[in-house]
Amino acid sequence: MSKPYTRPLDLKHGLVNLTHGSGGRAMAQLVSELFAAEFANDWLAQGNDQAILPPPGGRIAIATDSHVISPLFFPGGDIGSLAVHGTVNDLAMGGATPLYLSAGFILEEGLPLADLARIVRSMAAAARAAGVAIVTGDTKVVERGKGDGVFISTTGVGVVADGVNLSGDQARPGDVILLSGTLGDHGMAVMSQREGLGFASPILSDSAALHTLAAALMAASPGLLLMRDPTRGGLATTLNEIAQQSGVGMRLQESAIPVQASVRAACEFLGLDPLYIANEGKLVAICPAAEAAAALAALQAHPLGQQAAIIGEVVHDAHQFVRVQTDFGGERLLDWLSGEMLPRIC
Amino acid sequence: MKYVDEFRRGDIARGMAAQISRLVDPAREYRLMEFCGGHTHAIARYGLTGLLPDNIRLIHGPGCPVCVLPIGRVDSAIELALRPDVILCSYGDTLRVPASNKMSLYQARAKGADVRMVYSTNDALQIARDNPHKQVVFFAIGFETTTPPTGLALLQARQEQLANFSVFCNHVLTPPAMRHLLAAGDAVQLDGFIGPSHVSTVIGSAPYAAVAEEFAKPVVIAGFEPLDVLQAVAMLVEQIKQGRTEVETQFSRAVTHEGNQKARQRVAQTMVLRDSFEWRGLGQVPHSALAIHPDFAEFDAELRFALPYRHVPDHKACECGAILRGQKQPQDCKVFGIVCTPDNPLGSCMVSSEGACAAHYHYGRFVQGATA
Repeated sequence: MSKPYTRPLDLKHGLVNLTHGSGGRAMAQLVSELFAAEFANDWLAQGNDQAILPPPGGRIAIATDSHVISPLFFPGGDIGSLAVHGTVNDLAMGGATPLYLSAGFILEEGLPLADLARIVRSMAAAARAAGVAIVTGDTKVVERGKGDGVFISTTGVGVVADGVNLSGDQARPGDVILLSGTLGDHGMAVMSQREGLGFASPILSDSAALHTLAAALMAASPGLLLMRDPTRGGLATTLNEIAQQSGVGMRLQESAIPVQASVRAACEFLGLDPLYIANEGKLVAICPAAEAAAALAALQAHPLGQQAAIIGEVVHDAHQFVRVQTDFGGERLLDWLSGEMLPRIC
Repeated sequence: MKYVDEFRRGDIARGMAAQISRLVDPAREYRLMEFCGGHTHAIARYGLTGLLPDNIRLIHGPGCPVCVLPIGRVDSAIELALRPDVILCSYGDTLRVPASNKMSLYQARAKGADVRMVYSTNDALQIARDNPHKQVVFFAIGFETTTPPTGLALLQARQEQLANFSVFCNHVLTPPAMRHLLAAGDAVQLDGFIGPSHVSTVIGSAPYAAVAEEFAKPVVIAGFEPLDVLQAVAMLVEQIKQGRTEVETQFSRAVTHEGNQKARQRVAQTMVLRDSFEWRGLGQVPHSALAIHPDFAEFDAELRFALPYRHVPDHKACECGAILRGQKQPQDCKVFGIVCTPDNPLGSCMVSSEGACAAHYHYGRFVQGATA
């Protein structure tokens, strides 16, 4: 059988153009030579407009996420792996085992095909490592100037075992708050790259799939109440969300919250607070006090949770304030993030 | 973290607070103004008020560069930014300052204005080099700390003959504002100042001597770390106890008597004193701001774009003015935390993280219970 495309896609020097989103031959070639080749699995290979999947058993979890990031490549990751990790983690935080992903690409005219191929390969590798199959997708191309290189939307499907009921409204006074590792690594890695800030020690993003860490935690703490990944808005925003959902307050110990020295220094330099900086490979969990030691041990035994710590407890508070006991001996509010984090002027 | 952690040690803070408690005269009140937003931020973030005796009252001053920017000036920046031929470059916090007609530079950006957030004047110069067919305007704001980089940018622009670059100069000066506050007489009763540190690294401690002497108020120039602020309070209480009204430098690790000569020279070369300048909350303050030097007139955005200055009154319900003058505290304002929040600021004190209202809202409002 002859190949439908006379010349292979020039993944070294070619650029995305409007024909790659037109629905015609060029688009079909991009899909088959790049996306289908890299994401290779039986469902995608069928080439239909949908993936028809076997019933997974248990309750179905679904999560969707859109990924917009500049730069597309940053120390420790790129938009491709991030698009997988973000959605896998959204599933995992509900106690689900992630199974399938869909991927929607919005490409900007002029994007080098080499960059796109690098992103797609990274995405495929991240999906394989996380044990999820990218089973369906979509590609659109927008005119130059109307995108930021690549936007990727991913929807994930997973399955939640019977008896697992994690939810943000379950925190109660006396429960213990755990954090799986250092804060702010992703946000500062991206910011230092974007702003061209050459710090002496490069900061790497913590972008990672957390489902095995989450599974280890659930096994160690049968009474686990909730998990959440502190992405945009950081730990502060995540805890405020949970406090509001559960109608409780929280009291944290600043000295217990792990932050890498290089991240702390970079934040200090820019006048930012690491507690508000985005993470892509960390989770916050709340469990009953009686299970806290076992939960902490399980986190610390996992490669992604070696620096896990108990950072505080849930308390009664009609105002649902998250407060921090500072190293300094005072107490302060840890408020919601307001607007955008902005560096100070002087 | 070296040079940071040393100034955030809780054990030393508690010792220092105990020392201050022993020093103070319980029969009187000490009304100390922290001039800088950096101090306000540190006080709120580390909960310093809770460590100090009740009769020490820390009063927020007008030292937040974003807070004191009058609405009329932001309006002008927005007008410039909305011009199709202009790229307006600005430091981050300025983007959120509310101006007339519910506009801000952020809103202007949403309406299509090309507003770029920059970290330094170098970024603005680079944008000018990269966009030769656009007029690139640097919206220069800030105290003496941010003034030398603006001067340097002017020198650089002239050297490169960067014809599409100009500066909208709104730099303000600290000592005249301090003098203005004290000259207001009984309106603000103060016993001393925690003086600005970053500003003083540039201008030195000398310019405050005349203010301290003329108005018989002690000034202690202090760093922005919590232990710096506590030590400054101790030094002020000590001066008051001994009846001295001198300028002392707590921030001796960076501040000298005469400041940074090179930086001052660049400013003198590129900018001149304005006769008067409006400060938000303080009104017109004589000799309190800088304009572009006539030698650099070709880079002066006010001349290039014939920008007129219009006074625009603050929102009626907003108490920013009284707060910046030290007459009121954020929680005294009726709209604080209700209509005016960091997400929807009515006044400038709620915009910058260094503003008195934002600092209190973010870090301290649990003290009085919820105002959310």
